[in-house]
Amino acid sequence: MKPIIQVKDVVFRYDGEENLPPVLNGTTLDIIEGSFVVILGHNGSGKSTLAKHFNGILTPDEGCILVDGMDTRDEARLLDIRRTVGMVFQNPDNQMVASVVEDDVAFAPENLGFPPDEIRTRVDEALKLVDMYDYRLHSPHLLSGGQKQRVAIAGVIAMRPRCIVLDEPTAMLDPAGRHEVIGTIKRLCRENGITIVLITHHMNEAIDADRVFVMSNGKIVSEGTPREVFSNVEALKAEGLTVPDTAELLYELKLGGFKFPEGTLSLEETAQAIAAALK
Amino acid sequence: MPTIKTQTLTHVYSMGTPFESVALENVNIEIAQGEFVGLIGHTGSGKSTFVQHLNGLLLPTSGRVFLDGTDLNSSKKLRHEMRFKVGLVFQYPEYQLFEDTVYKDISFGPRNMKLSKSEIDERVREAAGFVGVSEALFDKSPLEISGGQKRRVAIAGVIAMRPSVLVLDEPTAGLDPEGCESILKNISNYRTATGATIILVSHSMEDIARIAKRLIVFEGGHIVIDGSPEEVFSQADRLKSIGLDVPIATDLATRLRELNIDVPECCYTVPQLRDAILSLKKEGTRC
Repeated sequence: MKPIIQVKDVVFRYDGEENLPPVLNGTTLDIIEGSFVVILGHNGSGKSTLAKHFNGILTPDEGCILVDGMDTRDEARLLDIRRTVGMVFQNPDNQMVASVVEDDVAFAPENLGFPPDEIRTRVDEALKLVDMYDYRLHSPHLLSGGQKQRVAIAGVIAMRPRCIVLDEPTAMLDPAGRHEVIGTIKRLCRENGITIVLITHHMNEAIDADRVFVMSNGKIVSEGTPREVFSNVEALKAEGLTVPDTAELLYELKLGGFKFPEGTLSLEETAQAIAAALK
Repeated sequence: MPTIKTQTLTHVYSMGTPFESVALENVNIEIAQGEFVGLIGHTGSGKSTFVQHLNGLLLPTSGRVFLDGTDLNSSKKLRHEMRFKVGLVFQYPEYQLFEDTVYKDISFGPRNMKLSKSEIDERVREAAGFVGVSEALFDKSPLEISGGQKRRVAIAGVIAMRPSVLVLDEPTAGLDPEGCESILKNISNYRTATGATIILVSHSMEDIARIAKRLIVFEGGHIVIDGSPEEVFSQADRLKSIGLDVPIATDLATRLRELNIDVPECCYTVPQLRDAILSLKKEGTRC
């Protein structure tokens, strides 16, 4: 169970902010290859800044980030690093560069200089993986938000990365769009072994993660399985966060005298546990 | 007399071109002063097109829009005045900040209302107070402050016009839970203090469930459901079939009923479900 990304004691400040506390203040964590990882944190905790370090968009002032053993400060390796870790951002419109879906997905392979046959294969494969193959000749700006984000994910997949980092990819989407995107990335992890790092505020999206990291003021303050992390309701609220609704309900019921098995979290587990407790 | 009324409101984009699309079709609605309405609908359902008709940013292709009984489109002068009565906060409003200082940005609306300097000042301070923007930020550039603060400054800029109708399109998008909670509270407080009508467009079923008293559901340019949160969220299958959802608490309540736990139909928030379950427990121990 090798780490594909290693973050070691990273300290980082943006230019012009020398007088302020660092945005990343001794951040350390490992992302294990093939896992589905969620990073939570209040706005300003450093999570987006950290995400941008994962493929060398930003580099640390102190400490280091290793992607498959490659140091992100090594400019000679940046191309390899970016082929290994792809990124999807919040705003679907800001990520579309072409006027036809398949041209947008082809952007990265074209720029990497692949031969036309190879590009065709990768584009078709990527679009099928996100279930947008039927829209390959459509105009991106006429798609829904969820569809656009899936095309953005396809654009990253066309590079066959081993890891995809998504920074609040569902923030601008409707519930159906959210389900599509989260469903797609979970499937890519389970069926294709792609490491997924998801940064989100939607606690309900973290329930199925393999590992959850909670950031605050530039540091990791809590980590573990979703069950472990979300059982500390008080601590999370103190960080300006919350827990999935199921965990919230169980917590409130515990305050009212109920007892539940440790680690109850999913909707089904919660319903069964409450039903059992009432019988 | 309803504050807002639309009559067979229809809007067609790019009419006569290959991209022609009917965004709204025969929408008839009445909203009374002081109501707290949530608008929900999948992307492309017409909600944003609809709200842009409320202050004349978009004109109907056919049909009419009335504000306090007057047809919004009967004169250009009237349309101009409406923009101060119906405040519209777009999604990610921080992108609309443009002035040198926070104070100047918030004062932009009142300055265009031909108010005196002291009235403008009063409005700026009052609006800043509503959204929790401290006066210490007044002289800062809007570009220097945090994302959450920018969001609040942008909303203050609209509230400073003291609109009697406040329309907010996804005001909590991109905010963390604490930020969400705080913005929603500010909006509620504004309504309580001023009696304003609030129209909240949102994709968060949980946010809407918490504060809206009436939900209007858009689908394919039409209104398909209009009612209380109880009435709307009791139609889970229908909502899911049109790309929407119900709050998790509602799904949980449905599952519990399938397991023969008698929680009432109208649970759509965690506190409601908690109270229902706690009272079931009490009944259990009595017998």
